[in-house]
Amino acid sequence: MEHAKQATLAEKLDSINEYEREPVPESQTKKFKSFVGMMAGEHIAGTEFVIGPLFVLHGAAAGDIFLGLLVGNILATLSWTLICAPIAVKTRLTIYYQLEKICGKRLVSIFNAINGFQSCALAASMIAVSATAAALFFNMPIPGLTDVYPNSFSWVILVALIGAVITVVTIFGYDKVAQFSGVCAPWMPLVFLAAGLSALPALGVSSFSDFWQVAQEKIWTGVPQPGQTKYTFWHIVIFSWLCNSAMHIGMSDMSLYRYAKKASYGLASAAGMFIGHYMAWIASGILCALALQSGNTNPSPGQIAYGSAGVAGIVCVVVAGWTTANPTIYRAGLALQALIPRVKRWKVTLYVGIIASLLACLPAMISKLDQVLAVYALFVAPVGAVIVLDVYVFPKLNLRSNYAEKRKIAFNWAVAVTWVVSMLAGYALYVYTKADFFFFMAVPCWFIAAFLYILLSKLTQQKEPVPATAQTMRK
Amino acid sequence: MKPLLKILSYLGLLLTVVPSVLVFAGSISLDLHKHLMAAGMLLWFLTAPFWMNLKEA
Repeated sequence: MEHAKQATLAEKLDSINEYEREPVPESQTKKFKSFVGMMAGEHIAGTEFVIGPLFVLHGAAAGDIFLGLLVGNILATLSWTLICAPIAVKTRLTIYYQLEKICGKRLVSIFNAINGFQSCALAASMIAVSATAAALFFNMPIPGLTDVYPNSFSWVILVALIGAVITVVTIFGYDKVAQFSGVCAPWMPLVFLAAGLSALPALGVSSFSDFWQVAQEKIWTGVPQPGQTKYTFWHIVIFSWLCNSAMHIGMSDMSLYRYAKKASYGLASAAGMFIGHYMAWIASGILCALALQSGNTNPSPGQIAYGSAGVAGIVCVVVAGWTTANPTIYRAGLALQALIPRVKRWKVTLYVGIIASLLACLPAMISKLDQVLAVYALFVAPVGAVIVLDVYVFPKLNLRSNYAEKRKIAFNWAVAVTWVVSMLAGYALYVYTKADFFFFMAVPCWFIAAFLYILLSKLTQQKEPVPATAQTMRK
Repeated sequence: MKPLLKILSYLGLLLTVVPSVLVFAGSISLDLHKHLMAAGMLLWFLTAPFWMNLKEA
């Protein structure tokens, strides 16, 4: 009886079709509202309780925060709307399957493996953030924003349990993820707003006319904390634009937007950018300033939220980390499933969840989050350039799109050299310019990759007529 | 039943954000604000999943 029940569950899981290796049919596309909920849920994350304080600790000035975040988040929204979503709707493929057509199975396997691991690291950050809030219920030692290693065995157990629950939910696929995010999405931003607003009186704001002076003198003072670098207007712009570069100019969100009815649904990202990033980072910055004022120089996300929002704040941090960990583990599952297509997606997702949960035990996944995001950006920016050029520019230059598929090759050297050389060039620029922010290199890296890919493709593509039946992209 | 659930859900959202305005205005204490936020959270999560359009076409 038990064996029969288990077989039924496995069959049910195996029957979930996520169109990993085929275009999403029109009948399965989703409405705009679905993407608003998904993007709002994903980008109103527990890590917003990390990034807002980061700006405060790095001495960003108040004016730089408000204007820099505005410019950066507009650029991010445009990146989704004008670059990622149009290609996703045109091809209706996952980024992994699209890349396989362009660069060959052997090369995409390398990309998938590294991308899957990067996604594991990001998911680990989200799981760890949730754990800092859950830990408050159990009165256990909580690692702070500057810690690297676990400070107790109970922390490790708690993180593992939270990771296990998140992984089980993710296994049931995109629809369940969207549903969960959809329910949380209207509530979470209100918690951020309420926490930030309620903290202002303690900082000396008794009316709106007091706000700007207090913002400059006590919150975003323009003076970094000891040992921290200074963040300028350009740091704020670049960070807010490119912290999700893996998803927009890096094209990872093809895997989500392939379900969109229209490319304009990329505008749904504004919900995430302006509610999740703009408002939430400002609110969490206010909470960090309050923690600093009270003498806590190493607060955790859970402590910051609890201070002004109580139990609701704790639950918000747990849920916010969860709703971002879910799609991240989902993406990692897709990436690695493309590597081993004979293994069912739910099993791969399970393995990914286990890896992410183990990594989450290290508080460094929170304290070094900016470095994790920056490395991710540098890794995926060239790949995004390759896809954009292959889909839109190559036909105009009489170069063949999906070259690996058409030539039946497993390794497209033009892509491989483009990828490696542009990443190295980005790093070289970082060292040569003595830049203090790795993110600054992602955009030059993207353009270097675009140039190199055209050049190398012209050199390597053989002059053969393209069969009419070989056209695989949907008009 | 669904209209009643919606009303309760929106009441939950109001309880989440309005108390913070009252704290800012100096009308209520931070502790009361936290309790009201918790009540709003429970109201939202106990009612919203039953009416939100969870089967998106």
